[in-house]
Amino acid sequence: MRMEIKEEAVESTASSSVARSRSSSAWIRGIPIYVMILPGFLYFVIFRYIPMGGLVIAFQEYDPFLGFLNSPWTGLDNFHRLLTDPDLGMLLRNSLILSGLNLILFFPAPILLAIMLSEVSRSWFRKSVQTIIYMPHFLSWVIVVNITVVLFATQDGGINNLLESLGFQRIEFLTDSHYFRALYVLQNIWKESGWSAIIFLAALAGVNPMLYEAAVVDGASRWRQVWHITLPALKSTVIILFILRLGQVLDLGFEHILLIQNPVNLGVADVFDTYVYRNGVLQGNFSYSTTVGVFKSVIGLVLIMLANRLTKVFGQEGVY
Amino acid sequence: MRRFNARGSQPIFTVLTTGMLLVSMLIVLFPFLYVVTTSFAPREEIVSRGFFVFPHRWTINAYGYLMSNRQFMTSFLNAVHITVLGTIVNMSFTSLMAYGLSKRWLKGRKALNLMVLFTMLFGGGIIPTYLVVKSLHLIDSYWSLYLTGAIAPFHLIVMRSFFQNIPLELEEAARMDGCGEWRLFGRIVLPLSLPAVATFTLFYAVQNWNAYFNAVLYLNDSDKWPLQVFLRQMMNEANDSMENVSGAFEYSPSVKMAAIVIAAVPLIAVYPFLQKYFNKGMLMGSVKG
Repeated sequence: MRMEIKEEAVESTASSSVARSRSSSAWIRGIPIYVMILPGFLYFVIFRYIPMGGLVIAFQEYDPFLGFLNSPWTGLDNFHRLLTDPDLGMLLRNSLILSGLNLILFFPAPILLAIMLSEVSRSWFRKSVQTIIYMPHFLSWVIVVNITVVLFATQDGGINNLLESLGFQRIEFLTDSHYFRALYVLQNIWKESGWSAIIFLAALAGVNPMLYEAAVVDGASRWRQVWHITLPALKSTVIILFILRLGQVLDLGFEHILLIQNPVNLGVADVFDTYVYRNGVLQGNFSYSTTVGVFKSVIGLVLIMLANRLTKVFGQEGVY
Repeated sequence: MRRFNARGSQPIFTVLTTGMLLVSMLIVLFPFLYVVTTSFAPREEIVSRGFFVFPHRWTINAYGYLMSNRQFMTSFLNAVHITVLGTIVNMSFTSLMAYGLSKRWLKGRKALNLMVLFTMLFGGGIIPTYLVVKSLHLIDSYWSLYLTGAIAPFHLIVMRSFFQNIPLELEEAARMDGCGEWRLFGRIVLPLSLPAVATFTLFYAVQNWNAYFNAVLYLNDSDKWPLQVFLRQMMNEANDSMENVSGAFEYSPSVKMAAIVIAAVPLIAVYPFLQKYFNKGMLMGSVKG
């Protein structure tokens, strides 16, 4: 630190030619560091930025044999087609409904878990609950979906076997599109709500225990302690995460949805990412599906930036 | 930390929270338990017994079937291969770049940071990335998996702030002793950052072990598919894709359960280590600017 300040002071007073030689020596000093950064830099350029440039095919009638450079340009034709495409309404509707369900049902689950965990006094019990409910986060969606199939399949699923032995009808949980949305949200809750509780627990760890002691002295019940101390302590974290979630309404977990989609539930299960994959990669409509992807990414970018702006507004108010 | 009595005791409240936590624990555990126990159930019981959790007779037929099934063993070994090499690529790319970006004096640091940050907000998406991989002739090569996911920007940023917290004096002292950047990185910075290195190694390893979609997208040759793709295929195509007999073992629905167990066991085995570190490494790194 001291060195840096001294260096800056020298630089600001030195003549321009000295400053220039100093800056070129900074480049030279940085050479080994640039070598270290190089692989990562190339990764970002080749696999992150060149694909962004590749989005130009949304303005082309891309032909794999002609490449980006020689494919014919079509201007905004693909976007005109998108805006009149009935699929767009379906994709938007499905995305918004699934996101809405996530916000109403999935979002509060980790908050509730964190509050209950913070109310447990025996630390061995709290730790064992945490150990177990964090675990599903590390399983792949393939495993989670396979476990769901083992339990809910119509023919030999455990739950359906149970229903039958209790005298009920078997239910087509996995193939009837009416159950798709519930299935999607419940899988999210099962897999991620434990892990997502960590951030709320971190917020609660910062609460001064004396607040609770004072409340007890004042005769506050446990309910009132939760209501007047725990919940306000979570407020800013909840608001910020909620806004950030709003910024991601079109991101619904591509792999997850892809794995639970089938031809029967496609009408309620198709979202932007899966639509792009099916039409682009599987059917070869590169340009049009890229257009759909661009549409989604741009809306996503705008929403995220708005969300960031909003959290700053709330962040200042919400910080205690 | 907080004493039970200090909060005033209210039996109804305690019973309610404890009860609800027990229920959530059971909801998480039951599917695991069901899959594990039924993977040991004999075929007749699964086909005719209806609902049960604990089999009358326990058998390891399903595991024997998988061990002698060529497709399963290939995909299992592929997954091990991809996890080991992929994680090496991830960690070398990520830690080197994070170390470089942790140098406050570095020219161009700001631009590089911005370059990383922007990819967290916007991306080219599936198709342009696929076209890049294809034009590099990486289709059907594992390098398509290693390279397309070489760096997770979030991990990179957390690791960078971790490196930034190492006292500058250490670096200066080492430089006085004639230590170059590479030695500084390998001998001083990495050993000092062991919790972060361990955390991200495990996170990347879990991610690589779980990789499904990229493998489907970039690998056409089914002999190269990792375990997750095998698992998916097995569930999707019902029984007829599996041979009826494999070695001395016959096919049974419990083979599906056994495959899930085998795919999940490595994760559950590294989980205690993960848990030990993710509080330390993850939260510590991300909280400090």
